[in-house]
This record gives sequence, structure tokens and C-alpha cells, in this order.
Amino acid sequence: MTTRTVAALALAGLLAAPAWAEDAEERLLVNDEIEITLRAPAPEHLDGALPEIVSGWVYRSPETQDLQRDDFDNPGILYVDQAREVWNAALGSEGKSCASCHDDPESMRGVRPVYPKWDEAKGELQSLEMQINECLTDQMGAEAWGWDSDDMKNMTALLASVSRGMPIDVAIDGPVQDIWERGREMYYTRYGQLELSCASCHEQNYGNLIRADHLSQGHTNGFPVYRFSTTALVSQHNRFRGCIRDTRAETFAIGSDDLLALELYVASRGNGLSVEGPAVRH
Amino acid sequence: MTRFALILALAAPLPVLAGEIGPHAVTYDEYGAIEEPLTDRPGDPEAGVVVMTTRGDGNCIACHRVAALEEYPFHGEVGPPLDGVAAYRSAAELRGIVANAKQMFPGTVMPAFYKSEGFTRPGDGFTGEAATEPLPPLLTAQQIEDVVAFLMTLTE
Ligand code: HEC
Ligand code: HEC
Ligand code: HEC
Repeated sequence: MTTRTVAALALAGLLAAPAWAEDAEERLLVNDEIEITLRAPAPEHLDGALPEIVSGWVYRSPETQDLQRDDFDNPGILYVDQAREVWNAALGSEGKSCASCHDDPESMRGVRPVYPKWDEAKGELQSLEMQINECLTDQMGAEAWGWDSDDMKNMTALLASVSRGMPIDVAIDGPVQDIWERGREMYYTRYGQLELSCASCHEQNYGNLIRADHLSQGHTNGFPVYRFSTTALVSQHNRFRGCIRDTRAETFAIGSDDLLALELYVASRGNGLSVEGPAVRH
Repeated sequence: MTRFALILALAAPLPVLAGEIGPHAVTYDEYGAIEEPLTDRPGDPEAGVVVMTTRGDGNCIACHRVAALEEYPFHGEVGPPLDGVAAYRSAAELRGIVANAKQMFPGTVMPAFYKSEGFTRPGDGFTGEAATEPLPPLLTAQQIEDVVAFLMTLTE
């Protein structure tokens, strides 16, 4: 822990009066400057399925929550820093770096909230992973990164980090409407021998314990997340796969059209929550 | 416990043992209860405790609080607490609920523990790989009877 946080913690301890302790718990102000929206009105397209949308951070233990308050304590930021180096490194046959065309990573502020997003030129829905690979192969003459590779997770963490605090705002109509509807259908399908849908846990039972786990609404605004269980960054598709596998079901492949459709739909349920990535989870 | 383990081992290759009613042959009444025990052998409440608290088996406490099982950690809140359940439910009702709770509570989140087909993308346990139906039900007929025997001890 840094001296800065120790000092901050000591201060908080001294000042922690019961009167505002509760509110303070519910507040996430990253690095004392980025206000995170932890609760927001449910998007209209949810048709009242949730009274409000709530960040997964709210359901974690105070110890885990605290690690997200300051970049010095957030283990995910280590990977963001690694991505910053890659950002400036020439990769591929064109001798270009990301920085050659995009200046500094901060120029990407506002990108993460709107992904996955329709790519007009390619006529397809693109996740951030797909867009990054498009730049690598088409613009830089480099090899594509694996969807779940360290390079890719680090880069999506960097792109998330520069948009922290901005509201998730994916489009669900126009050319993506069919894909979004496919994602919604998946969300409510009771997969596997346990016959559980995403909604069984994250819509009907958020706030409840399932075994030792406090169920959240299963939003993706914190992704990629740093997880203690794997001591690594975890991508959205990897998380989806794990949740589906746990219903004793045949999962879907990472990077598949199915999980991409689910990614769009789940993102849209969180429209209005802040980008938090890389968030910290157990 | 060795006896219990032995029965499990025996049950695996033979989905339906002599003196057992298989998942297809079970009859639920109009309320979702099952009158007839699924096996000839009476349920063993102690074996029922193992099923209730083991992750790969019933894992009932993942969703239910049971004060009598306090020594086993991490009880969930997805379903109602089961304390005193035998005071208001008969063995037939409990058997029906454990075998397939959807018969009594349509659309319930509670999994069906004695069902072998009709799943969407069934997997091979927790591997994430595909499995071909019919699957062995989540619990054997004897395990269902053991769980019911344990639940019947929850009178208060
Ligand atoms: C040769 C120039 C070039 C390089 C090098 C390059 N890009 Fe791009 N990038 C583009 C162009 C042009 C676009 C917009 C068109 C498109 O969708 O591909 C773009 C778009 C993007 C977007 C989407 C922005 C948005 O508003 O939706 C992201 C994210 C991105 N690039 C990331 C990267 C990363 C990460 C790297 C390094 C691994 C990189 N780019 C390297 C040219 C480049
Ligand atoms: C059996 C219950 C269960 C089911 C079914 C389930 N999940 Fe989860 N999920 C969990 C648990 C437990 C966690 C970890 C605690 C939490 O955040 O809820 C989790 C976490 C998540 C997270 C991470 C949330 C965060 O803030 O870090 C996402 C995203 C998610 N699930 C999506 C899904 C999707 C999509 C589906 C359907 C394909 C699904 N889950 C089905 C239990 C479930
Ligand atoms: C995934 C969560 C889950 C699991 C696992 C689960 N249950 Fe349930 N159970 C529920 C829910 C939810 C209900 C409430 C029924 C409804 O939907 O109205 C319920 C209801 C019940 C009831 C009826 C209680 C009453 O008041 O009538 C009994 C008895 C029961 N469960 C026993 C078990 C047993 C025994 C196991 C393990 C073999 C088990 N449950 C596993 C979720 C679960």
C-alpha cells in the first residue's frame, strides 16, 4: 500500500462518523476524481424487469471494493500500464504503433462505452477485441491477438480505463436489432441440466447469496475485470462461458457470434452505469 | 459412508436399479407430489445430509438456509429456509419437490434433480462440453429418498 492510501485510509478512519458512513460506503470516487455511477434508472427496453440498475461493485465485500478506489491499489492497473507500453511499440510489417495513428490512449475516451458497435464498412457488429484486431491486421500488418490473450485483455483494460466514469451507451436498434434480440433470447434461456438462465440468477436473485457468493445483476461495465480467483484479467466472454458452464451446460466458444450477441444485450442492460474497467472482483 | 459410496459407484453404470422407479416412470399427482417411494429401501437421513451439502450432489444449501446444517458453511438465499418444512409438507410433497420442483412451482429456479432429458444444451457435468441425453439424473433414486428422509426430520 502506498503512503498516499495509508494517509487516506487513516483520514477516513478519523472522520468516519456514523451519520455518513453508510453513504460513504456506497460511493465510488476513483483516484479522488472519477465519480462512478453505482445506481441508475433501468433502461426503457428492460420493460420494468429491474427497478434500477446497480453496479456489481455494490455487491462485493468492503475489502474488495476498496481496491477499486485508487489505481495504486487496483491490481488491474498493472495490466493497463503494460498495454500503455504496447500502445507505443511498433508492431507488424508497417512499422507502426497504435500511437502512430491514435496519439495517446486518452484519445480513445468515449470508445469503450459504445462497444460492441456496428461497423458500417464491414457490415458486422464489432466488439473492442474485433476492432483492435482489425487495426492490427489491416492497418499495421501485424498478427491478430487471441480474444483471450494477455495482449488483448491488457489493451481492452487500457481502453476501458480511459473512459472510466462515462455512461455505458450501446445502440440496440437499426442494424444490430436482430443480434440484440438474439442476445435477449439467450439471456432468458434456461441452459443446462440445472436449467438456469442468466435472469434466474442476475435478474430474479441479485442481492441474494448463492452459496458464498453475493449475486449481482451481472453487468459488464467493469470489464475486463481483475479477479482474485484467477489473479488475472477476465474478459466478458470468459465470464459468460463460466456462468453457462456452471449450469451444467455446453458452453459457447469465446469470440462466437452467440457470445457477441449476448455481450451486446448484457451491455445494453447496463446502459447508464459507468465504465469501471478494470474493476476488481473476487 | 462406505455403504453410501458403494451404492453411488454401483448406480453409475446402471441408471435404473431393480426395485427403483426411473425418471420416466415417476408419477406426479396434480399438485406435483410423488406418493410412492422411488426405491424399496427406506431413505437414510444421514446420507441425505451429505447430498444436501455436497457441491457435486444436491448442493441444496447453495440456495437454502437450514439451521440444522449450520456446521456446513455458506448457506444461500435463493430459495426459502427449509427449517420446519416437515411440519407443513408431507413426504410425498417433498419427494415431488426434490425430484422436479417445477411440477409444483411452475417456472421455479430450483433445478429438477430426477430428470434425464428435455434440457437446452446439456453439458457433461461442469466441463462445459456437450453431453448426450438421456443424462443420469442429478441425484439417484436412493439419494432422493435419503434427502426426503432428512427433510422429514426438519419438524421445527
Ligand atoms: C495505420 C493507422 C492505425 C493504426 C496503427 C491503428 N489504428 Fe486503430 N484505427 C484506425 C482507423 C482508420 C480507425 C477507424 C476505422 C475503423 O473502424 O477501423 C481505427 C479505429 C480504432 C478503434 C475504434 C475507435 C472508435 O471510435 O470506434 C480502436 C479501439 C482502435 N482503432 C484501436 C487501435 C489499437 C489498440 C491499435 C494498436 C494495436 C491501433 N488502433 C492501431 C487506424 C489505425
Ligand atoms: C447459477 C447462477 C448464475 C447464472 C445462471 C449466471 N450467473 Fe453470472 N454470475 C454468477 C455469480 C455467482 C457471479 C459472481 C458474483 C456476481 O457478480 O453476481 C456472476 C457474475 C457474473 C458477471 C460479472 C459481474 C461483475 O460485476 O463482475 C457477469 C457479467 C455475469 N455473471 C453474466 C452472466 C450471464 C450473461 C449469464 C447467462 C449466460 C449468467 N451470468 C448466468 C452466477 C450466475
Ligand atoms: C438454484 C437454487 C436451488 C437449489 C440448488 C435447490 N433449491 Fe429448493 N427451492 C428453490 C427455490 C427458488 C424454491 C421456491 C419455490 C418457488 O419457486 O416458489 C425452492 C423450494 C424448495 C422446497 C419447498 C419449500 C416450501 O416451503 O414449500 C423444498 C422442500 C426444497 N426447495 C428443497 C430443496 C432440496 C432438498 C434441494 C437439494 C436437493 C434444493 N431444494 C435445491 C431453489 C433451489
